[in-house]
Amino acid sequence: MTLRDLKPGQQGVVTAIRTAGSMKRRIMDMGITPGVEILVIKVAPLGDPVEVNVRGYELSLRKEEAQQIEMK
Amino acid sequence: MSMTIALAGNPNCGKTTLFNELTGSKQHVGNWPGVTVDKKDGIYKKNKEVVILDLPGTYSLSPYSAEEIVARDYLVKDRPDAVIDIVDGTSIERNLYLSLQIMETRVPMVIALNMMDEVEARGDRIDCAKLSEELGVPVVPIVARSGKGLKELMDTVIEVAGKRRESEQARWFDEELKDVIDAVADLLDGRDPDEKWWKALKLVEKDEVAAAALDPARMASVKELVAVADKNADGDAEAKIADARYQYIGKVVKNCVRKAHKGHVETKSDKLDKILTNRILALPIFAAVMYLMFACTFSENFLFVEGLPSPGVWLAGIVEEVWGLLAETVVSVVENMGASEWAAGLVASCLDGIGAVAGFLPLVLVLFLLLSFLEDSGYMARVAFVMDRIFRHFGLSGRSFIPMLMGFGCSVPALMASRTLESDKDRKITMMITPFMSCGAKLPIYAMFAATLFADANQTAIVFSVYMLGIVVAILSALILNKFAFKSDTSNFIMELPQYRVPTLKSVLIHAWEKVKGFAVKAGTVIFASTVLIWFLSSFNFNGMCDMEDSLLASVGNAIKWIFAPLGWADWRASVGVVTGWIAKENIVATFGQLFGGVSDEMVEAVMAGEEALPAIGEVFNQVSAYSYMAFNLLCMPCFAAVGAIRREMGSWKWTLRAVGFQMLTAYVVALLINVVGNVIF
Repeated sequence: MTLRDLKPGQQGVVTAIRTAGSMKRRIMDMGITPGVEILVIKVAPLGDPVEVNVRGYELSLRKEEAQQIEMK
Repeated sequence: MSMTIALAGNPNCGKTTLFNELTGSKQHVGNWPGVTVDKKDGIYKKNKEVVILDLPGTYSLSPYSAEEIVARDYLVKDRPDAVIDIVDGTSIERNLYLSLQIMETRVPMVIALNMMDEVEARGDRIDCAKLSEELGVPVVPIVARSGKGLKELMDTVIEVAGKRRESEQARWFDEELKDVIDAVADLLDGRDPDEKWWKALKLVEKDEVAAAALDPARMASVKELVAVADKNADGDAEAKIADARYQYIGKVVKNCVRKAHKGHVETKSDKLDKILTNRILALPIFAAVMYLMFACTFSENFLFVEGLPSPGVWLAGIVEEVWGLLAETVVSVVENMGASEWAAGLVASCLDGIGAVAGFLPLVLVLFLLLSFLEDSGYMARVAFVMDRIFRHFGLSGRSFIPMLMGFGCSVPALMASRTLESDKDRKITMMITPFMSCGAKLPIYAMFAATLFADANQTAIVFSVYMLGIVVAILSALILNKFAFKSDTSNFIMELPQYRVPTLKSVLIHAWEKVKGFAVKAGTVIFASTVLIWFLSSFNFNGMCDMEDSLLASVGNAIKWIFAPLGWADWRASVGVVTGWIAKENIVATFGQLFGGVSDEMVEAVMAGEEALPAIGEVFNQVSAYSYMAFNLLCMPCFAAVGAIRREMGSWKWTLRAVGFQMLTAYVVALLINVVGNVIF
């Protein structure tokens, strides 16, 4: 399962980040590291990106980016 | 003893507010060399010996954005006497990630724990003494907005400044990582052990910028060491490093922060956000906000009231009137003093040049009061959130919408609004294409051609189609520039959505004032010089003063008209029109009025409004070449004021010339296509 599969209101724990390079670094810099809890808040009005809560703040990312984040 | 204190911190952590509180109005804004990133410095209000430098807001010291590179180069290479790291207490975990990275540079530092009022309002507690003890860095609680705690903060900073921090190993890395970093550091040259250690850490993180600075032979040895580190870290030392930092932060936060509620708590900001980015309401609210912003700045029938000027137009009108009166008086005084015709002309053109700059200031002021409000309130991030779906297809950010929309009013404030974009690449592309949005000053050109050559056709449709052409060309240009000119940059949309906050009046005013001042000084010289130059070319030939028909400019027009033959208008008057259009696009109509039979000023006004035709231009233009000419002037170099704004925002002549070159080329190609295809069809 990836972060993309979570619906607003659902919560999960990050297990791995699949992508590499600058995208991976950026994801990790923003606090999405293995073991962290993520709560999906909402989806943007046009269907993408999504808004999540991680480490006590709100972060937005595109669905294709969310798909790189493995959850359990 | 003078010292330099750098401010570092995440975006939206209150860094700018703190900077404004510390320096007051004594600040200087420029660009970091080569990038479109603000460089701000100022003098500490209470001690003139202390220079405060505001580093760009970043989430980390990775080498992936212009902001991050600027910030880390400054910290590592220029070594300020001390750093104030501003940490937003309401999202302390993410903020401390940057703090740890700054600690890794071993620059003397103090953590300013900001937004303590909001932390308390939530009922949370942060034990600053404990935090300071755990991190080994002084921590001072502050509320930047109200100035609370700033005295203690500055006293602490001045205390630690210049004092070498003991080179304690970064506690958050395990022995294995530390050993690898030390081994890599041993391979490097350099006297400063702190800098070597930091570079080694970056190399283990597979930092591309650090790797590029190393010679290939040594890089090979480094790679071997990093490969071992990777193996020990389940294949990815870089991830292990980031993880180690967050693990450590998690531990520290657990010991020092007591939350009133467990889990996610809905704040007032969250409730507001539910409305503002609601599935159904978001787009209408967005449209209303954008309309209001555009109308406040540019509308002549504000809020749909006929003849009621918006604040921007009203102020611009006053400036224009006062300046006109002043200029008139000065010129008549000069003439009465018995000055020659050319001297009076020179004075008048200089005054026009300054007037051209002054006339834009109200628009810049009003737009930036509004933009700063949107930015500081947190709504700007939601603009990107809402619009991203559309703009990503063009390789742009949702925030590009604002400069492009404002471009329909006037390119000058629109170009300056590109500063709100997040990435250097997006800013540059947006600046290159914003002038393709047809500004208000270009409308009179279309009105003239529509009334004269398209009298039988649907004139509204013709004018509308030119506007659409601009939008289509802008989108295609964005795609092309993204694919070919900026291909190395990858874009992502991993962005913080900050809490909504009521902006402070002081911040909004200072920001708007900075923009006005920056435009007047940096762009002003470009505008002034070029206005006077064109006046000279159009009023002189080698025998002295003359009419425009006999001027140097007319000779130039004659000499270059062949260039435009493929576009369908190889006429010197058309070429001269293009040049005078660079002073202000609507000048083309006045120039044609003069060159095609010398019509009166009233007539020119009527032609501009599309009420009268200018039949004489039919000698040169047919419908196809008229359309080609409109397209060319829509897309070619914008007026000098806009070029000045590009120069100010790009921060370099090289990029300014690239932008103008791109616009000229685009204009030529599009006009050529119109002429060729048009002649085949019609």
